[in-house]
Amino acid sequence: MENIHLGKEHILVRPEDYDKNFSTLNLGPTHPATHGIFQNILTMNGETIVDTEQTIGYIHRAFEKLAERRAFYQITTLTDRMNYCSSPINNIGWQTTVEKLLGVQTNKRIDYMRIIIMELARISDHLVCNSVIGVDSGALTGFVYVFQEREKIYEIYEEICGARLTTNLGRIGGFERDFTPSVIKKIREFIANLPKVITQFENLLLRNRIFMDRTINVGGISAERALNYGFTGPCLRAAGVDYDVRAMNPYSSYNDFDFTIPVGTNGDTYDRFCVRQEEIWQSIKLVKNALENLPEGNFHMEVPEFYLPDKQDVYSKMESLIWHFKIVMGEVEVPVGEVYHSVEGGNGELGFYLVSDGGRTPYRLHFRRPCFVYYQAFPEMVRGSFLSDAILTMSSMNVIAGELDA
Amino acid sequence: MEQQQIISSLHEKFKNEIVSIDETSDILTFTVIKQAVTDVILFLKEELGFQFLTDLCGIHYPDQELALGVVYHLHNLPENKRIRVKTFTSVNNPEIQTLTEIFSAANWMERETYDFFGIIFIGHPNLIRILNVEYLDYFPLRKEYPLEDQTRKDKDDRFFGR
Repeated sequence: MENIHLGKEHILVRPEDYDKNFSTLNLGPTHPATHGIFQNILTMNGETIVDTEQTIGYIHRAFEKLAERRAFYQITTLTDRMNYCSSPINNIGWQTTVEKLLGVQTNKRIDYMRIIIMELARISDHLVCNSVIGVDSGALTGFVYVFQEREKIYEIYEEICGARLTTNLGRIGGFERDFTPSVIKKIREFIANLPKVITQFENLLLRNRIFMDRTINVGGISAERALNYGFTGPCLRAAGVDYDVRAMNPYSSYNDFDFTIPVGTNGDTYDRFCVRQEEIWQSIKLVKNALENLPEGNFHMEVPEFYLPDKQDVYSKMESLIWHFKIVMGEVEVPVGEVYHSVEGGNGELGFYLVSDGGRTPYRLHFRRPCFVYYQAFPEMVRGSFLSDAILTMSSMNVIAGELDA
Repeated sequence: MEQQQIISSLHEKFKNEIVSIDETSDILTFTVIKQAVTDVILFLKEELGFQFLTDLCGIHYPDQELALGVVYHLHNLPENKRIRVKTFTSVNNPEIQTLTEIFSAANWMERETYDFFGIIFIGHPNLIRILNVEYLDYFPLRKEYPLEDQTRKDKDDRFFGR
């Protein structure tokens, strides 16, 4: 036991420790505390983690290969199965990637509508993650409070696109339909009510002695290591690096809005919690501003090659019928080229590397999934800590199995 | 740092190693020979401040002589500049030096690239399959493996692209 040092600069099993009685503990693939299907085989010295070996890929669905046989508009449905806690961000990320390839400039109304939806998705993503940190540390109450709010966000999605979890929201070039008055009303009510709930939630956990003891200095990572490991999103910002795609490479008119990017100092579980909590407040502000300043305009751009024409026109106008047929059968011209486009997903930089050879489908499509990149730092973050701390570290990293495995 | 500055400093250091430079794409793109790729990326990281490895992925062009490629996306965070580095290798000798010494993030990204394209990263500490099962005996994202079961006779997809 005395050879095992607690702390970040921990050691692997050293040759002189080979005769020690380490035990092996299997965590996952299906385990209530992993919140997803992935496995960790932990080498334990009593209660202390010596090392862990991760196995992922249990729900790998070969999206990159599937995408090579699908027309662009059909790939939207693949993307919302990646980070299913905030699927509209994935959808809109993919649509903006295609718009970048096509050179389509969307109008302000579409941009603001997208911001509203993406920020709602971010709120729901962070709510789930933060309340689950509470659950894993033994505080179930907050989880029940905020899940009602997530339900309301899902009702807003439902009102906009008809689906709740796998949304397939939006189209290349805009939206399939405009926000109805009932959508606007629902968002207003939601945003008006949310601060009260978030405050309640924060009162439960933020300065709670037990919660702070369980999370401060647990699963920490330095800014330098985090950058080396390719961390993005709240996990990187908790370590003190203010990188946010929304501010660095503004897409969708994010530069019209004033919002702050919260950063932490230690990069530990508590900082990740606080950063996500503050981002929820920023998102509320963004949704409010975007909704107040929602400009007039059309809810889709004129992209006849990709945006399906009005159904009424398909029945009555020859040109619309031709376009409809061409889009559905995949006969439209796609420019040759390659683009990398990224959006700030719930977990960080969600990138799409799209290579088009002018064919009907992408020649190659690679998703840069933030979870996949930073989950590999997990062994380094939990070495030397207790098993119960590793569970908290994992839930605060918000590893979503769908995004991990694509 | 301006684009021209990056090009000239890279050109100065790696005159013989750079195959082509593409300024027309959305991100400045360099294609380098595979022997030099770690040196180029180390130079970009140490000298030009591209200290963040955004993405690493494979690509397969079966018609080229050097058919298998690896595409690296690097990011200079303080100056907010991105750069793309490509390198190609032949299918018969798909070996490229690893980046894991330079970026810890490259570990799983290279494993994923190996898993799907069979590109062998020399010096990688644990080059095994990551998303697919261990006993898979082919590399599924290569173009010779079509998505649908080719033994099926009841479907005719000739009219629908690839």
